[in-house]
Amino acid sequence: MTSLTQPLHDHHKHCDNLFAEAEEAAHKKRWPQCLESFRRFRGELEAHFSTEEQVLFPAFETASGMVAGPSQVMRFEHAQMRDLLGQIEQAATQQNLDQFSGSAETLLVLMQQHNMKEENILYPMCEQSLSGQGLSLVEPLKARVEAACPA
Amino acid sequence: MHPNLSFEQAPPVSVPYRFFLTAPLFGVAAGLLLVWLGESAVASRWSGGALALTHLLAVGFMLQAMTGAVMQFVPVAAGGNVWRPGLVANLIHPALAIGAGMLVAAFLVHESVLFRLAGAILLTTVGFLVVVVGAALLRTPARGATILSMRIAVFGLAVTALLGATLAEGLAGDASWPLVELANVHAGWGLGGWALMLLAGVSYYVVPMFQLTPAYPAVLSRWLAPILLVTLLLWSVQLGGQSPAWQQWVWRAGLAVGAGFAGVTLWLQQRRRRRVSDPTLLFFRGAMVCMIGLLLSAVVMTLVPSVAEHPRLPYWLGVLALPGVFVSAINGMLYKIVPFLNWLHLQRLMGIGMLPPNMKEMIAERAMVAQMRVHFAAVIFLLAGAIMPEIARVAGLVFAISCAMLGRNLIQAARFFRNFRDRIRAAAPNPAP
Repeated sequence: MTSLTQPLHDHHKHCDNLFAEAEEAAHKKRWPQCLESFRRFRGELEAHFSTEEQVLFPAFETASGMVAGPSQVMRFEHAQMRDLLGQIEQAATQQNLDQFSGSAETLLVLMQQHNMKEENILYPMCEQSLSGQGLSLVEPLKARVEAACPA
Repeated sequence: MHPNLSFEQAPPVSVPYRFFLTAPLFGVAAGLLLVWLGESAVASRWSGGALALTHLLAVGFMLQAMTGAVMQFVPVAAGGNVWRPGLVANLIHPALAIGAGMLVAAFLVHESVLFRLAGAILLTTVGFLVVVVGAALLRTPARGATILSMRIAVFGLAVTALLGATLAEGLAGDASWPLVELANVHAGWGLGGWALMLLAGVSYYVVPMFQLTPAYPAVLSRWLAPILLVTLLLWSVQLGGQSPAWQQWVWRAGLAVGAGFAGVTLWLQQRRRRRVSDPTLLFFRGAMVCMIGLLLSAVVMTLVPSVAEHPRLPYWLGVLALPGVFVSAINGMLYKIVPFLNWLHLQRLMGIGMLPPNMKEMIAERAMVAQMRVHFAAVIFLLAGAIMPEIARVAGLVFAISCAMLGRNLIQAARFFRNFRDRIRAAAPNPAP
């Protein structure tokens, strides 16, 4: 059986692939292709963030009572990443490789350590807290992510 | 649930940075000591000079940098609450530096008091570190191969320090302990039980993260640490004072485990989804090639007995393991950790909606690449010293230059942080805490 948060795990990988595509295109100075890949990546990541912020985190906070805990930290990191996404898109629009690669590097490390914390710590906590009511949450979560990320 | 889960309790940036900035100084000292000692340092494993060099790198460089990394990694990546990290760093950082300096001096002047003092300081310091970090790792709700490896690594560090302090007492007094066997087991736990175990645990986490490689195969990440642990326990049988013939296969097995890990790491990096290359990737690759070089050396030693008996063979193996594997890997890691921590802490000071300069503006890639070239040149010169001992002094000089360049790059990053932080504070009288 697919676990509650498995679609989010899978979607992290999907976003990674789109990021790598955009970064490779930038280094080859194929800017139109870079912008296209980057915008797809940005859209997917935004869909991922809103799934967590609007569905998973509120359910976890209600079930666990941890309102100011890890989910709040994750929201803060989402905001940091949103700022960086704007900076990177601007660099791609201006075809500025130095700015693009430096900001992309920063986003990558921030995003990866964020994903690791979610996958290793927060998602297991969500599975534990929401195990009694999890089934009702699986479908909406999967639907949101799969809509953003057709396999 | 987990009321004590820290999750993002990154310690103040000064906690890891003091360790990171101190490590290269010991690297410079090691290079200069080799310049001073010349050929005599490479002639035997047991000379005071060779042991001083080994410990400048192992305790001075590696343990400093790895302590800083653990103080950062355990709370942030492993979800473990380190007890009062500021206070712990205030105590451990100077004690490690003083202990390392004293131990090196003891090897150089053969003074009993220095051995006893160094042994006591390092055992107490490492013991404290093991308790603090071990408690955090035991209490974390996080699970997985990284946590298991790190827990065993901390245990390995404790064993290394205990054996080291015993050796220091053995060298200070006239105890009739089996010092050669003690030294073999001490080195095994230090390199395999602590350093490799920690490197593997951290690699499961950072190798996929930095280069978007596939994850390490579960069978490797699950079994490497327990197999390495069993290998080290078998290796420790010689502490009884006798080294049975089968022990010769135990250290080879240990090297095979390390080379297996290195081979898988190279294979994963080959399959990375991120096509862009950077100094961290190349440092890691160099480290993994040296780890495989250790196993190849063991194969040659088995096939050609005259190589195994060569007096400079321990020096060759030591160069592959210390500057080759661990200094390279640490160097590469520092070039990701320090720019990222700069960015992260500055961003938090500025608040959402504002962005500090990006990671590549913290340490210029050009400076990192230049230092990396000097480092690998140093490793090649150092290895060549096993064949042509007369170039040992040149090798020492190149290594000292490489470590000085690393230190300069890290200091520039730390200065950048300080200056930018001061500017943020000057611009906003009441910044976010």
